[in-house]
Amino acid sequence: MSFRERLQSWRYNLVPDHVVGEILTKRWTDNAIPFLALVATLATFGSIIPGFFKLTALQESTRQLGEFSMVVTGMTVVMLGGGIDLSVGSIFALSCFSAVYVFFILEQSIWLALAASLATGLIFGAINGYLVGYLRLRAFLTTLVTFIFGRALFDILVTTYAADVQLSTATSDVLDFIGDSTFWGLSVSVWLAIILAIVTHIALTRSRPGWHVLAVGGSRRSAHNAGIRVRRTVFMTYVFSGFCASIGGFLIACRLSGAGPGTGLNLEIMALTAAVVGGVSLGGGRGSVIKGLMGAIIVLTMTNGLIRLGYGTGTNQMVLGIMLAVAVTIDIRWLKNRHKVLNEVYVAPVYLRMGETQSAAPGSGTPYELDNRLSAADHIGLGELEGPEDVILDRDDNLYCGTRHGEIVRFFAPDYVKSEVFAHIGGFPLGLAFDKSGNLISCVGAMGLYSVSPDREVKRLSAETSRSWTSIVDDARLRDPNDCDIAPDGRIYFTDSTKRYDAHDWALDSIENRATGRLLVYEPKDGSTKTLLDGYRYTNGVCMAHDGKSLFFAESWACRVHRYWLEGPKAGTAECVIRDMPGYPDNINRASDGNYWMAWLGMRTPSFDLSLRHPDMRKRMTRRLPQDEWLFPNINTGGVVKFNEKGGIVEAMGDLTGGAHPMVTSMREHKGYLFVGGILNNRIGRYKISGADPNWTSPASYWGAKP
Amino acid sequence: MNTIGWPNYRSLNQEGIVFAIAVVLFVAAAIGLPGFIDPNNLVAIVRSVSVLGILALGMAVVIIGRGIDLSAVAIMAMSVAWYLQLLNSGTPDGLAFAYVLAGVLAIGLLNGFLVAYADVPAIFVTLATGSFVFGYVRSQLITQDAVPVPQGHWVELLGGLRFLDVPIEVFVFAGLAFLFFLFLRYTKWGRYIYFAGDNPVAARNIGIPVRPMLVLRYVLSALVALVAGLLTAASLHSINTRVVNSTLLYDIVLVAVIGGIGLSGGRGGVRNVLVGAALIGILLNAMTIIDIPLLYQNLIKAAILLGAIIVDGIINPRDEQTAQQGDI
Repeated sequence: MSFRERLQSWRYNLVPDHVVGEILTKRWTDNAIPFLALVATLATFGSIIPGFFKLTALQESTRQLGEFSMVVTGMTVVMLGGGIDLSVGSIFALSCFSAVYVFFILEQSIWLALAASLATGLIFGAINGYLVGYLRLRAFLTTLVTFIFGRALFDILVTTYAADVQLSTATSDVLDFIGDSTFWGLSVSVWLAIILAIVTHIALTRSRPGWHVLAVGGSRRSAHNAGIRVRRTVFMTYVFSGFCASIGGFLIACRLSGAGPGTGLNLEIMALTAAVVGGVSLGGGRGSVIKGLMGAIIVLTMTNGLIRLGYGTGTNQMVLGIMLAVAVTIDIRWLKNRHKVLNEVYVAPVYLRMGETQSAAPGSGTPYELDNRLSAADHIGLGELEGPEDVILDRDDNLYCGTRHGEIVRFFAPDYVKSEVFAHIGGFPLGLAFDKSGNLISCVGAMGLYSVSPDREVKRLSAETSRSWTSIVDDARLRDPNDCDIAPDGRIYFTDSTKRYDAHDWALDSIENRATGRLLVYEPKDGSTKTLLDGYRYTNGVCMAHDGKSLFFAESWACRVHRYWLEGPKAGTAECVIRDMPGYPDNINRASDGNYWMAWLGMRTPSFDLSLRHPDMRKRMTRRLPQDEWLFPNINTGGVVKFNEKGGIVEAMGDLTGGAHPMVTSMREHKGYLFVGGILNNRIGRYKISGADPNWTSPASYWGAKP
Repeated sequence: MNTIGWPNYRSLNQEGIVFAIAVVLFVAAAIGLPGFIDPNNLVAIVRSVSVLGILALGMAVVIIGRGIDLSAVAIMAMSVAWYLQLLNSGTPDGLAFAYVLAGVLAIGLLNGFLVAYADVPAIFVTLATGSFVFGYVRSQLITQDAVPVPQGHWVELLGGLRFLDVPIEVFVFAGLAFLFFLFLRYTKWGRYIYFAGDNPVAARNIGIPVRPMLVLRYVLSALVALVAGLLTAASLHSINTRVVNSTLLYDIVLVAVIGGIGLSGGRGGVRNVLVGAALIGILLNAMTIIDIPLLYQNLIKAAILLGAIIVDGIINPRDEQTAQQGDI
């Protein structure tokens, strides 16, 4: 190995590039930016303002934070629903005034004041909700106008009643308690804010109305078409926002024992900035209460910190303006470009040097030598089928195959002309196998392991295995279950080809060439799934050996076949039996003469082998070229290979004309014929094998003669 | 088909209704209110809406292009305040004006850039830049809320100019209105604004430079705001930056929307601004003569604006199937 290659192999096989892409797929990366901003803000102001973290100072600012974060929670919910509420400042001020009026001027109880406060907020919110939700006006301008309206009303009321409030002698212990006391070290407003945040969070993430809010915000049209009452949902978000703002207003009434012209001033832009800085998306659907709270802390720390640092009038607006502009821009750009970045960095190729191989060219004299025999095969279902990845026959000679449309199709014996949809599964059925009682077991791409009973009842057997401790992407989910086979004891052994790509992205996995394929076993007794082997380059076909004591499985991108021992001294271990083949192996099945059939889905090419030694080139290719100009493995030529128990190659056949079976993903021997399928083919081939046992069938080989 | 740019049948209706209301109000005020019909008062009405109307012209161009400029009032007040502050601290006039012009252009460009190239909704961009402009100038560049015009400066002289006993800002308003009319109606770029406002994607597909035109609109709006600010300072001999926190901004939107310029873009023109300005001018004047306190005037204006937006929403309703995601 040259020095350059050694460097490349270290660089690309030891540096975990793929982690970056995997982290970016995580939803929590959305939270990372606001969280870092929060930490940075607190650290900056904490270090430049002496006594910033002192308890007394904190208590005063947390009281304010309690009121503010409630308003932000309301704003967050409205924004999640795809709207915006600029009238929160007015609602806050008016609710504050309602409480003050009822308590100090009417001299009623504090609870009545609370009720008045809440009523004000709910009514105001309902007006907003009616205008925006039911009349479908533009949220921004409408709430801007109701904001002016409320503000004008508040200014009138405050100037009219200010003197009366000053003269009032009403007092209340409850009011003082809410306004000034602490409870377990935290003020009442903070406790209320925490409770509100928790309840809102649970409602948003765990309840039907909350989901409706997120659905409407995420896609208003789809929500409407799905039957969600969009208008009512929007209406309710504004009512909730009014409710939140009114509690905030009541609390500040308790804290300041009055209302002044400055109450709730600039609150709307502060709350909006807080929500956006926290990472609640404009236009709805993305965000959480926690994000809103983080934003609230950032904004309040900034504005209070600047005041305490002694900056003059206007500084607040300046900083809010900058923060809002920056946060909105980042939000929009992030939302827009995240998937682009993800596409760019997700494919992280590794270095692999494939072993030297024997030629498969006609006339080369090697056991792999391909010929044209398969082109002589009859065709079944020509033009009716799309993508028969695997084919299988039952005891009554009927032929089954999966199709791209998510169905298992059955062709009736003896002529295989008539067909019917045997079962609809919904995902692409790949590997097929019959169990002892005649259930058809199938690996369904991107879905899991399924079972179809003879009377067509579809049942999911497994869709997950246990998760490994170090995984970043969820490797418990089966992403590409590919082929399965059943042991004499009923256990189902199956492969999951890759952890990093969904089934239809198998080509990307071949370019990346990272070893993430697994062999798993499903235990029918308790329904559990266990991972047996991990770290193969695209595990594919599985076949029980004739004696049932071991199984063969194919490792496609490494062009190898392994044997996994179920019993005997090597039980639980795997050994490589065929290495460095000239083709990419796919499904493996039993042959009547005690050997095994193996499909080749494509052939190795010197160019692609060379590219595997240049991960940097493949990385540049995936980033800079359009996908249809990429270098892929060759899947235009394949074939069928027979090998024996020891891994020796017996014979190989193909269709070098490319007319009928250019690529082969599966073949099944049945009563002297070989039935051939291909995932990109539009037919099933039937090929008469010379010298094969005309009575041998696969179900009989597995489960004995017909009972 | 109507030619684009001329109000179509339905908004002609709205414009007509508003115009009729203005006439009715005018007649009612002329009969009912003493001193309303007096020529001096009429001049006062026109004068009072001149600055509002000029700002509304800038806003109209932006709204027709399916945007909105909430930073207009901040730019108007703060640019002139900075200008006067520079003059008062002895900066040469030419240099000071160059600074301010550069600042105004920069904010206009920033607004346009963020809206056009970063795809940020206009309301958020201009809300943020408005807040920033006010905060930055107030805290860093000027020392008090109100900045007086220096003695004998041309801005002061401008305020004293009269032609046929009519103050100069009325002529400026009229001149600008005519220019905007020509721009919107007869220039290629003016037509582009309608196309882009009506259907931005289609406009882009047929090869109109939608993004540069967007930037142009916000720059235009910022420049118009500067002119309005200079006229305000001329008539009052000072500029009070507290106007940023007043309801002036909403009055501007009110003039544009009530005149019949649809917020969804592509509709309306200068005539709508004139009609809206006439109604608001008469209304404000009448309320002042009746002696309604300013606070109540705000309440009434807010109620009218709300009504106008509701009517706009009913005339140009949004459809669940075609409403754009994030179009708030």
